[in-house]
Amino acid sequence: MTHKLCGAAGGVSLSDDEIAANFGDLHKPLSQLQAMQAADHCIYCYDAPCITACPTSIDIPTFIHQIRTRNTEGAAKTILSQNIMGGTCARACPTEVLCEQACVRNHGDEEPVEIGLLQRFAVDHLMAKGGEHPFKRAPESGKRIAVVGAGPAGLSCAHRAAMLGHNVTVFEAKPKSGGLNEYGLAAYKMVDDFAQREVDFLMGVGGIEIKHGQALGKDISLRELRDTYGAVFLGVGLGDTNKLGLDGEDKGGVLDAIQFIEDLRQESNKAHMKVGKHVVVIGGGNTAIDAAVQSRALGAEKVTLVYRRGEEAMSATGFEIELARTNGVTVELWAQPVAIHGNGHVASMVFERTAMDEKNGTLVGTGETFEVRTDMVLKAIGQKLDGSALDGLDLAAGKVSVLDGYATSLTGVFAGGDCVKSGEDLTVQAVEDGKQAAHAIDEFLKV
Amino acid sequence: MADLSCKIAGIDSINPFWLASAPPTDKYYNVVRAFEAGWGGVVWKTLGEDPPVVNVSSRYGVHQDADRGIIGINNIELISDRPLDVNLREIEQTRKEWPDRVIIGSMMAPIDEQAWKELAIKIANSGVHGIELNLGCPHGMCERGMGSAIGQVPEMVEQTTRWIREAVDLPVFTKLTPNITNILWSAEAAKKGGAHAVSLINTVNSIVSVDLDAMSPTPVVDGKGSHGGYCGAAVKPIALNMVAEIARSADTQGLEISAIGGIENWRDAAEFIALGANGLQVCTAAMLYGFRIVDDMIAGLSNFMDEKGYKTLEDFRGKAVENTVDWNALNMNFDTKAFIDPDKCIECGRCHIACEDTSHQAIEYAVKEDGRRSFTVVDEDCVGCNLCAMICPVPDCIEMRPVDNGKPYMTWPEHPLNPMKAAE
Repeated sequence: MTHKLCGAAGGVSLSDDEIAANFGDLHKPLSQLQAMQAADHCIYCYDAPCITACPTSIDIPTFIHQIRTRNTEGAAKTILSQNIMGGTCARACPTEVLCEQACVRNHGDEEPVEIGLLQRFAVDHLMAKGGEHPFKRAPESGKRIAVVGAGPAGLSCAHRAAMLGHNVTVFEAKPKSGGLNEYGLAAYKMVDDFAQREVDFLMGVGGIEIKHGQALGKDISLRELRDTYGAVFLGVGLGDTNKLGLDGEDKGGVLDAIQFIEDLRQESNKAHMKVGKHVVVIGGGNTAIDAAVQSRALGAEKVTLVYRRGEEAMSATGFEIELARTNGVTVELWAQPVAIHGNGHVASMVFERTAMDEKNGTLVGTGETFEVRTDMVLKAIGQKLDGSALDGLDLAAGKVSVLDGYATSLTGVFAGGDCVKSGEDLTVQAVEDGKQAAHAIDEFLKV
Repeated sequence: MADLSCKIAGIDSINPFWLASAPPTDKYYNVVRAFEAGWGGVVWKTLGEDPPVVNVSSRYGVHQDADRGIIGINNIELISDRPLDVNLREIEQTRKEWPDRVIIGSMMAPIDEQAWKELAIKIANSGVHGIELNLGCPHGMCERGMGSAIGQVPEMVEQTTRWIREAVDLPVFTKLTPNITNILWSAEAAKKGGAHAVSLINTVNSIVSVDLDAMSPTPVVDGKGSHGGYCGAAVKPIALNMVAEIARSADTQGLEISAIGGIENWRDAAEFIALGANGLQVCTAAMLYGFRIVDDMIAGLSNFMDEKGYKTLEDFRGKAVENTVDWNALNMNFDTKAFIDPDKCIECGRCHIACEDTSHQAIEYAVKEDGRRSFTVVDEDCVGCNLCAMICPVPDCIEMRPVDNGKPYMTWPEHPLNPMKAAE
């Protein structure tokens, strides 16, 4: 079931109402009745494969059973005890390759249990109810921890460390907390300012202070933090982007997709967002899909997503690729960018057809080219670590090296989230990293 | 197509499906709708002496599963709350308009001979095919010395039945309450009193739920609740057993049975007939879905009979009675083992955890190299309890396979380990 946006017809831009509708919830939340029916599909497996498939090991059969017995608040606590950002993960997780892929219902040629939607049902219920924060802090340890980055890894670490009795100060470069939840996820996955509501909820545990406008290497330094705090957690994410390396990359209309999405997320009236008439998106990940689909949602007449390999190599999930196609995005495979044309502002891009060299398994250009007219190019070819402020830390393959327990090469400095591993650019993994690192820090501080 | 006509207490009916005495048979309007839908007969809602009773508002309570499916309902409604004459005139009219359908008059009165006899004669004069004695209502009426207050005392069951036999020359159905220790005592009493048939079961005394906000049993009547009569699918197992007890007891041979209790579809109907029922009465299923459900009951029962080659209901009526025995007549040497079909297994692990935690630790759980999970029965430990086969969510995935152990049929009284046998 894929949501279809109102399309821009014949170059006519969309009305404000159409744009607002296009940025409504991608998946409608379940009603109580729908939730009961969805919950009834769960078999309540023993040692369930879905738990193993979840990076944060949420006890999924238990929380669904709790929904079934109308202990919805208990269900939410089961989720949040493993994953304090269960609300965002319910909205943003690629469940089709995680818990729902592991659902045993798939073995019976049935649809898997709608775990993501059920999780959202439970967490939304608890957050809407308000009241006291569901978790209590251990007695004050007297220890202070610095967390750099108020994204999923940093906040997860801060919350768990606070629960363990420590006092946490979070340093965030941007004016708002939430990291990619606030700035990077597609708008239609995070409606009604959910990222900020979740941060407020999470802060309810107490013992956490967030300082905004504090960039590492500019306003604060790692040395200073190490001197002042008992331990430091780095959840800095990936602050830099890869470049195409083509002449003309600095022309007007050539943007990083991540910046486009950030601007879009921060624009309260999406109708004020500028979008090209003919948009080209380069890349094969979920960021590329988010940029492409949201360009269509803003009224772009034609959106072409270009990826240099085949569909099976795309890191975007099958669901996301289908979402793009359903929303009128043209997916152009086996093509790589070779030139950007335009006089000051981009006017077209040239791509070269690619193929696999069967002998050595490398990707090669075939020499055949084609040109795509465009007035906006969104680059989604990956992000990388901005290592400028991480002096003294061992890096490997462009990421922070960590041992088991998320300890870095510097004593008392821990790290997690996108900045430490490759290939796991998932909110849910970042939450798990932060949680586990908090426990490692707790052990470290006891010594 | 099979012949579904039935005869009970000498009364011919076009099919065995009657509506039981209850809200659906309260008046002309409902009964006519039932006959239009195809029901073979009705037992009119219980009539009492004037002045009519007064009912409370908030009358039914429900026992639901998580998915809002109804397991059973209960009610605290009393007998007909309309004047006797109005009911009798409507019965007369319906009898005239629907000559091929059966109407039985249900009645109750205080334990007084004149009261029972006078009321029975009035009802008989309306043209009913028979009289049913309501000796089962477990709420309200029993507090006034009627319903189950009579049905729970075998002597009174016999007495009231005899009074009606003496008063009218019509088939008499004595309706029994399940709220007793042994249904045979009531059934035998009814037989002694001269009943042509017994109708059972009436509703089971119950509190279906407690409203945890009002802190009151449901249905809540202005902050308070009372016990009521439980009915629907949940009571079917209780009814099947009581019907079978009467059908297989030597002391109640010849007593006909109008079976009641959780009959919702043709399969339920066939089960009661197989245990000896001569006719059937339905209420809750009609209350939940409307009178139209009789279509499936008729078509389904007919298909079943065609498939099995039964031409009439008598061809299979009571066929399961001879196989309903005391525990002491079971074969102690019978051995059955669970078998899990790995091709059908979806790896949920429910069988394993049920057996491991609560039974005989006879299902092994392993994770294979490819990450798939396997569940295997350990034959030596499997006692053949059926639990795994029952809870498995996949149809036909776990099969109970009888083992041919070459041992003879041996009952407990013959068993070498029976200390009573050793004492002989």
